[in-house]
Amino acid sequence: MSEPLLELKALDVFYGPIQALKQVSLHIQEGETVSLIGANGAGKSTLLMSIFGQPRASAGQIVYRGTDITHKSSHYVASNGVAQSPEGRRVFPDMSVEENLMMGTIPIGDQHADEDMQSMFELFPRLKERRNQRAMTMSGGEQQMLAIARALMSRPKLLLLDEPSLGLAPIVVKQIFQTLRELGQSGMTIFLVEQNANHALRLSNRGYVMVNGEIRLSGTGAELLGNEEVRKAYLGGH
Amino acid sequence: MDGIFLQQTINGLTLGAVYGLIAIGYTMVYGIIGMINFAHGEVYMISAYLSAITLAILASFGLESFPLLILGTLLFTIAITGVYGWVIERVAYKPLRNSTRLAPLISAIGMSLVLQNYVQISQGARQQGVPTLLEGAFKLHIGEGFVQLTYTKVFILIAAFVGMALLTYVIQYTKLGRMCRATQQDRKMASILGINTDRVISYVFVIGAAMAALAGVLITMNYGTFDFYAGFIIGIKAFTAAVLGGIGSLPGAMLGGLILGVAESQFSSMVNTDYKDVFSFSLLVLILIFRPQGLLGRPHVAKV
Repeated sequence: MSEPLLELKALDVFYGPIQALKQVSLHIQEGETVSLIGANGAGKSTLLMSIFGQPRASAGQIVYRGTDITHKSSHYVASNGVAQSPEGRRVFPDMSVEENLMMGTIPIGDQHADEDMQSMFELFPRLKERRNQRAMTMSGGEQQMLAIARALMSRPKLLLLDEPSLGLAPIVVKQIFQTLRELGQSGMTIFLVEQNANHALRLSNRGYVMVNGEIRLSGTGAELLGNEEVRKAYLGGH
Repeated sequence: MDGIFLQQTINGLTLGAVYGLIAIGYTMVYGIIGMINFAHGEVYMISAYLSAITLAILASFGLESFPLLILGTLLFTIAITGVYGWVIERVAYKPLRNSTRLAPLISAIGMSLVLQNYVQISQGARQQGVPTLLEGAFKLHIGEGFVQLTYTKVFILIAAFVGMALLTYVIQYTKLGRMCRATQQDRKMASILGINTDRVISYVFVIGAAMAALAGVLITMNYGTFDFYAGFIIGIKAFTAAVLGGIGSLPGAMLGGLILGVAESQFSSMVNTDYKDVFSFSLLVLILIFRPQGLLGRPHVAKV
């Protein structure tokens, strides 16, 4: 097996006295779509943020493209091709849609900005309609699209998505997962955190299940979808 | 219109433009790291000394033309004061970035005392001065009296306006400006998008110091005298202007400066010059009671 694009080795992360991640190990190969599923509060979002060192791991190691990034700054990680659409979307409230998208181009400069912005507008026509509107005035779903589009603007090697389906109408969810499938097929490496396990696992090559800050199960998407424990806990048991 | 009223409005706008320039430093720093930089008044004071020193140096080379003198003074003063801004942030605030909210505030007061004493020791406690650079005035006859608009005041108004317009352009339309605004709105997200937020914070201190330096040169031109304590009162006035306009808001700082300047000048002529500071600070108290978010500020909403 070739060297993984991203590997977490026995990661421990604390929020004050509370241990959020316990000995978490996982790896993502280049070109894979991998999902991480688990209940609310299991530590999924913490895991994504810890890749950027926020918060820092107190033990363990994060290796990205062969480099130990455990103690690197967030902007170093971003500058090397990791982009995230984070929990809570975190679009810049006082900036227009276009300005928010421009913020995504910081790691690569703005030489592709116009072209990429056009493709984002094709992907999410709603954003085009609202291109000059301030992000704070948009609905949750529109902000979610903006957060994903902003992450894509950096042409990332590794795309981290935290609950991209949260707050979206079922039709938009379908559309977003279709988009992710296309991105995955075009060779982008995607690490997807979802409560919507059904959608996520169907899309993914592999998946991990997180419970209380620990990786409980892992396997291919199909294996996890067929697993009795997973079905009971995350797929509504039927 | 009453000649005195017009005259005081002109005086007030000149003073207010300068308050506005200094207020920009308070408001930008507050916007980006949520602290009041109490050493900012001292940055202005240092720029006043630097402008006098530059003028002396340039004059000693035999330079006499006003445009060259003022251009040289502006460039040198702004550059060196910018370095002061950068160093102050590095030394006094950056090490406390992840500390309590109160710590950098106390550090700022300490920094302010350090700078005052440093200037007092190195430059002496006596009042310093520069000669008038730009002689002459426009005179406008109104009824019995006349309104006088000195060339110096015209220059101050133009320079302050150009400075503010330039800054507004940079913040609204350039990549640096977008990076500043992103860091202000969500510092963590900005860093996740690849922005070196520590560096952006440094830039903001340099920008604030540069604006204070522009104010320093302009005030020195107008009043001619200053001492090591000059930053205190004008710093608090500019802070008042920033709060009046809405702290964290850039247009608010400029507007707040102009309003405070005009109000103070009118009060001086209509009521009493001795109490003009009391009047300004009473205004601050009233704003804090009735409109704590300021004229252009938004009410504080907790981030979710």
